[in-house]
Amino acid sequence: MGAIRLEKVRKTFGNLDVIPGVDLDINDGEFVVFVGPSGCGKSTLLRLIAGLEDVSGGKILIDGTDVVDASPAKRGLSMVFQSYALYPHMTVYNNIAFGLKMAGESKAVIEEKVRNAADILNLTDYLDRRPGALSGGQRQRVAIGRAIVRNPAAFLFDEPLSNLDASLRVNMRLEITALHQSLKTTMVYVTHDQVEAMTMANKIVVLQAGRVEQVGAPMELYNRPANKFVAGFIGSPKMNFIEGAYAGQRNSHTLGIRPEHIAVSTESGEIAATVKIAEHLGAETYLHVVADDIGPMTVRATGEMPLGEHDRIWLTPDATRLHRFDAHGQAITAP
Amino acid sequence: MSTRSSTLTGRIMAAPSIIILFLWMIVPLGMTIYFSFLRYNLLMPGMEEWTGLDNYYFFLTDPAFFASLANTLLLVGSVLIITVVGGILLGLMLDQAIFGRGILRLLIIAPFFIMPTVNALVWKNLLMHPVSGMFAWIATSFGLQPIDWFSEAPLTAIIIMVAWQWLPFAVLILLTALQSLDRDQREAAQMDGAGPISIFFYITLPHLGRAITVVILIETIFLLTVFAEIFVTTGGGPGLATTNIAFLVYTQALLQYDIGGASAGGIVAVILANIVAIFLVRLIGKNLDR
Repeated sequence: MGAIRLEKVRKTFGNLDVIPGVDLDINDGEFVVFVGPSGCGKSTLLRLIAGLEDVSGGKILIDGTDVVDASPAKRGLSMVFQSYALYPHMTVYNNIAFGLKMAGESKAVIEEKVRNAADILNLTDYLDRRPGALSGGQRQRVAIGRAIVRNPAAFLFDEPLSNLDASLRVNMRLEITALHQSLKTTMVYVTHDQVEAMTMANKIVVLQAGRVEQVGAPMELYNRPANKFVAGFIGSPKMNFIEGAYAGQRNSHTLGIRPEHIAVSTESGEIAATVKIAEHLGAETYLHVVADDIGPMTVRATGEMPLGEHDRIWLTPDATRLHRFDAHGQAITAP
Repeated sequence: MSTRSSTLTGRIMAAPSIIILFLWMIVPLGMTIYFSFLRYNLLMPGMEEWTGLDNYYFFLTDPAFFASLANTLLLVGSVLIITVVGGILLGLMLDQAIFGRGILRLLIIAPFFIMPTVNALVWKNLLMHPVSGMFAWIATSFGLQPIDWFSEAPLTAIIIMVAWQWLPFAVLILLTALQSLDRDQREAAQMDGAGPISIFFYITLPHLGRAITVVILIETIFLLTVFAEIFVTTGGGPGLATTNIAFLVYTQALLQYDIGGASAGGIVAVILANIVAIFLVRLIGKNLDR
């Protein structure tokens, strides 16, 4: 079991309110991703849950028990660090076994559990090596193995993929998702990469300046962002925000249009625009354009588009997928 | 930078310093070896003659040689243990965010800047003096008999002084090593359920392995030749109680005016130092390969 509940959790460093007060429910077996720009307090929140930082106020309940005063080991959680934090002088086997050894398990039990974890993570051939002799992806797997063997109530991941190169990151992303599906253990995952958040999470928690901006399933956040910040953070390329007369006509202060919800035509349409830069990716084309009377916009067109600098095009936003925001950046839900 | 001409240029440019360093080492060594085979006494100038291995024979069969060899090993070993253990403990303390850390660091490092002769004089006259020293004052104010350090426990007194002098070096090296320990590793161990003592033995101490090796190797080199502290305080006595190899060579050369014998002693000291060095490098030098 691994249900985690945060009640008014606060953290201050001196006079600095890093986390002014967070309420959050994480259900057993969920894959929750904390996402936000750097310095938004997402790692601090994770460290508070882990017990590596003391809370300044509030409660952290794991399966209904308040663990605020419990030491990190007593909380029954495992953590995978951004730097992996492997013990460099120990072999892979001893790295994975360390937690069990500290828990006073017998040699036979340790051996069985370590072999088992190594099996799941394809590390069996590397058990006698030291971390220094492993590649980045293998070190990552050792760190996960160290977390698995303790059979935790929940896994905590602190930006585990940010030290890997792009292709390996995609692989590890899939591996962690597959691991979650087979273990069915609660996972809390911190990242600044919205792609990781969108692809892995059951539930995304968007944080900004220590506050929870919105909590929801990935598609919910994509389709119904609660405010401008979430709208801009989720989705790639970034949502276009249009202010002024064009937005005013549609009863909003700011109008949000996703680049993929704009139809492009070389003949006619709602908004006339000039192409500045066209990025051709094959499967899709990103057009960075300057729209007449509106300003710079990004448009994503599927397939190949034979367009280049100075070409005139016409844009037609999908009227059903406009996002309207008031002057405070909050989404307007009523028509 | 690996064409043939650039390699050649590099060798030519490096040559002068290599040649000077080589001469710097080989000339004194060669002369010492040469003198060690002569009967060369300053009281009988102009009477030098070849004696073969006689100087070595007399030096190695001198009872003073074994006494001073034992003293040397005892001195080096004790100081190493005190400085490494003390250095780790002080390093751990200074690594914490304690009040007044900056001043504390300065105070702990200060003894390293004091020259050995001054160090010895301070300990001899201000601290360990049986009448006017501070230790004697502390002892008498508790109604105890003050210890006359340099006659009752002369080698211990020397060990204390030398350890005090070298502790800052160990603290400096070990503290920097401690500060380079990844915080994440300690936190990972915490998550794994390791208490402070387990973290020290399983994480911190292995991390310090290389730094400890460096401290032991460098200190050994210097501790084999401790001289000033002995010269200033006990003069090698009482009897031979505090005479180490370096001091024995000095007494041979400048108290008995026997340059040949002293040279032979010097060569013996060089050989002994090399034996210790090889032994140490084999024992702990593999730590450095990692």
